[in-house]
Amino acid sequence: MDNVIIAKDLSLSYSNNETIINKATFSINTGSFVFITGASGSGKSTLLKSLYGALNPKQGSLIVGGVELSGVSRSKLNFLRRHIGIVFQDYKLVKEWSIEKNIMLPLIINGYVKSVALNQVEKLLKHVRLNHQTGKYPLELSGGEQQRVAMARALAHNPILILADEPTGNLDEYSSQLIWNLLEGANNQLKTTVIIVTHHIPKTLNVDYKHFHIEYGSIHEVR
Amino acid sequence: MKSVKNHLSLVVALLSILFSMQVFFIVERSIDAYKVNLSNNYSIIAVSKKELSSSDFVGINKIISKADELSPDSVVKRLTSDMKSTNVELLKLTLPKFYKLSLAYYPTPQEVKQLRSDLLKNGSITKVEDFSHTHDTTYKLLLLFKKVVALFAIVVLVVTVLLIFKELRIWQYKHNERMTIMGLFGAALWLRSAVLFRLAIVDALIASFIAFGVFMYLSSSPWVVEQFGNIGINVIVFNPIDDFIVILGVAITISILLASLIVLGHKEEA
Repeated sequence: MDNVIIAKDLSLSYSNNETIINKATFSINTGSFVFITGASGSGKSTLLKSLYGALNPKQGSLIVGGVELSGVSRSKLNFLRRHIGIVFQDYKLVKEWSIEKNIMLPLIINGYVKSVALNQVEKLLKHVRLNHQTGKYPLELSGGEQQRVAMARALAHNPILILADEPTGNLDEYSSQLIWNLLEGANNQLKTTVIIVTHHIPKTLNVDYKHFHIEYGSIHEVR
Repeated sequence: MKSVKNHLSLVVALLSILFSMQVFFIVERSIDAYKVNLSNNYSIIAVSKKELSSSDFVGINKIISKADELSPDSVVKRLTSDMKSTNVELLKLTLPKFYKLSLAYYPTPQEVKQLRSDLLKNGSITKVEDFSHTHDTTYKLLLLFKKVVALFAIVVLVVTVLLIFKELRIWQYKHNERMTIMGLFGAALWLRSAVLFRLAIVDALIASFIAFGVFMYLSSSPWVVEQFGNIGINVIVFNPIDDFIVILGVAITISILLASLIVLGHKEEA
């Protein structure tokens, strides 16, 4: 089985030079469902940011989807990001755009024909149970609904990799369950690699998963 | 409503810049027209012992556009009520020649002084009346007016710069988040900036057409025409082709500059 992510002696730090992740070596197989846990401030989100190239490795090597992220060029990074779906804790929806346009964003970037993109958006809105909210803007929706829009956007272009940062952080049970079902569905049916940063792994999961734990800058494979 | 709001802020800023600019052009044109008017009404009298042609005068100083000999008849008439006509003719022959010199443009006091000196250097010319006191007063008034206009232009420039920077901050705030999100999904720079440039160009077109409409209306307004008529000048308030090209050019340049500064200053959030 191919590795979608290969990290070797990977060290991460912000501009203050304090090392967050220290010489971590790990790999993630294509089609895996992975949880990354750790205490607050342990570096979970930092690691996730490095996986979509928002933070450059300080040392070592990090290969995502065949692209070496250490010193990566902007065009290569854009290419990689077009094949990744990201779910952010704060949703990161464009407030001035309708929810349809937000979901359509990765499709526009990937050059889909408008009619195909609209069709895909319609399907996704049904999947996330928001087909009754068409034409609305993000700020007109609840937090749970906004996260479902973000989830639909992450799935829209059938990415090879989904990265989710606390996707159910502050959501109600209904929205949380829906998000987990969608992530499981993408992994089971489309063989999409899913990496989730979270504090709690849900007990009722219908998927075989891997579990990494971060502590004191080190990454340990728990399961 | 949301769409109108998106356009309003830049359109208003651009309109204020375009209006100030066009008003400045109108004032400049008015001053130029007034200078031509003054030049037409201002002339110098030169007295010569012998007859000189118009080209002789032009040769003395290039500022002289033409010279017209003044008829001595009115002067002679007052002096010769009891004289015989032959004596009158003899008197006319002994009288010096009077010339009214028209000038190519309205001169500065220094140019008047130089002209007077050049004329007096000619052996035939005995006296020059340049009406320098009246000229200097009018010229100083014109200079004052020009200084006021220059001050107005500086104020407009400062206000324009402030408006642009205010607009830049608003746009940076408005578009930074969207551009970051697009970047996180792998949008190339041109795609992330496309919305911004489209908005900038559309706003520049809207502002230019509004300015075009307002100035077209003003240029045909009887009140405006009457005001210029009252001071004896004819000014083109708005040239529908030349001025519109300038307005459109300025509006598009400012908008694109603004959009480019935002794109260049954009920092992607992690």
